[in-house]
Amino acid sequence: MLDALSYEFMQNALIAGILVSLISGIIGSLIVVNRMVFLAGGIAHAAYGGIGIAIFTGIPIFLGTTLFAVVAALFMAFVTLNQKDKIDTFTGLIWAVGMAIGIILVDLTPGYNVDLMSYLFGSILAVNREDLYFMASLFVIIIVVMTFWYRDILAVSYDSEYAALSGINVKFFYTLILILSALTVVIAIKVVGLILVIALLTIPIYIAQNLSSSLYSMMIISGFVASCFTIVGLWFSYSFDLTSGACIILVSALSLMIFMIFQKVK
Amino acid sequence: MQSGHKISSIWQNPLQTNKNNSLIEIQNLSFSYDKDLVLENLNLEVDEKDFLVLIGPNGGGKSTLMKLILGINPIQNGSIKIFNQPPHKSFTQIGYVPQNTNINTDFPIKAIEVVMMGHNSHKRPFFGYKKEEVAHATSILKQVGMEEFAHKKIGSLSGGQRQRIMIARALCANPKILLLDEPTSSIDADGQKQIYELLRELNKKITVIVVSHDLSVVLECATKVAHINKKLSFHDLSSVKKEFEINENHLCEVELIQMLGKCKC
Repeated sequence: MLDALSYEFMQNALIAGILVSLISGIIGSLIVVNRMVFLAGGIAHAAYGGIGIAIFTGIPIFLGTTLFAVVAALFMAFVTLNQKDKIDTFTGLIWAVGMAIGIILVDLTPGYNVDLMSYLFGSILAVNREDLYFMASLFVIIIVVMTFWYRDILAVSYDSEYAALSGINVKFFYTLILILSALTVVIAIKVVGLILVIALLTIPIYIAQNLSSSLYSMMIISGFVASCFTIVGLWFSYSFDLTSGACIILVSALSLMIFMIFQKVK
Repeated sequence: MQSGHKISSIWQNPLQTNKNNSLIEIQNLSFSYDKDLVLENLNLEVDEKDFLVLIGPNGGGKSTLMKLILGINPIQNGSIKIFNQPPHKSFTQIGYVPQNTNINTDFPIKAIEVVMMGHNSHKRPFFGYKKEEVAHATSILKQVGMEEFAHKKIGSLSGGQRQRIMIARALCANPKILLLDEPTSSIDADGQKQIYELLRELNKKITVIVVSHDLSVVLECATKVAHINKKLSFHDLSSVKKEFEINENHLCEVELIQMLGKCKC
């Protein structure tokens, strides 16, 4: 593994993996405690529509995915703010419609030859400098948001009814959480692909939830655990020439199993 | 029971009572969802250190009235004044304890963090919690007998303990009125008793309003009872108790229900 680090693409992959792990630790914790895992999955799959639009119109794929995912998040915020019981229905809707738009637009693009699999299962080894800048700025934004608004986000996540009564703008923070989730999903797609995003946003978080008694410690532990999984997964991927995203997820799942057995025994 | 005529005498028009020290003043309040009239022409006054219990059947409008007092529902007809202010301007005066305290029990949050959500000062620190906030929250936890659980995860507490934490959260902003929605609906008998003891203790300093269908509260603590079923009938319980003390020296639940039932008017 150490000699592999002399390659620039491996360095980028490692930095990207750790950045994405830290981000998904923080935002994944928010997604889990707000019970929005299915919603995040919906946004991840809807993001495929953004890939289609980007390929069809020729804009950068990262940009197309980001815009489309954020629009999907805003749509979800708009339709579910006042009717939370409709979340499942609308999540299913954006999940399927986003993918359908993507598939049709890819069909309509002449001479299309981009490797589709890399979006479904990630392409961490193809991360370039611009991707890294995007990930780093998202990380900084999330740290700033969480530092300034931790108490509001905590209140909204724990008990939104009470938060609203005490004068916190619940709609704003709900929408903010959704937008940050969309951005997180977009960068996580780069690392593990849109099909496996859910695992990255839940497995480390589940372990952390059992080890922490407050939201911020859950975020920190999740980030750390996810980073370990990513590094080990990358090592497997490099050593045995396997798809990196799938390696990371399997390492996570295996660790989760060991963790659960260990907890049962204890 | 021969006390029927006496009950009519204790039914008082709340508008006739002294207005100067009333904390909440509700006049000619009506409310409807779409076309269904839920509350019809209510009048009610709550005075300092009252222990008011709102009883009534499900769907009778108890929760609606509570939401109006809290400023969640907009006022359609009539008026509610809390310290001579409309409800949405007076939330800091009311400490609210919601009905369902079993939400999000697997949420990673410490008891004291829940309590500190009750702080609504506008001078928040840059991040985290101020020392004074922690000290205040700790003193409130002591008041409700939960200081040793301050750093326990909320999900590891029992229903009754969690209810105390919610009461502590409501007390955190030093409200003049404590409003509880079905405070004992999900607590075992022992826990219920303790909650009532706590409420009675708190009632020495602040006004308590409890929404409940649990008549044991009415017997144990209440000074006033309002029965809501679209319309409101009001009972000053101190005089009811007096009447009964003269007659039979004690008051049992069945008799009370009979009485309250009779004067539904």
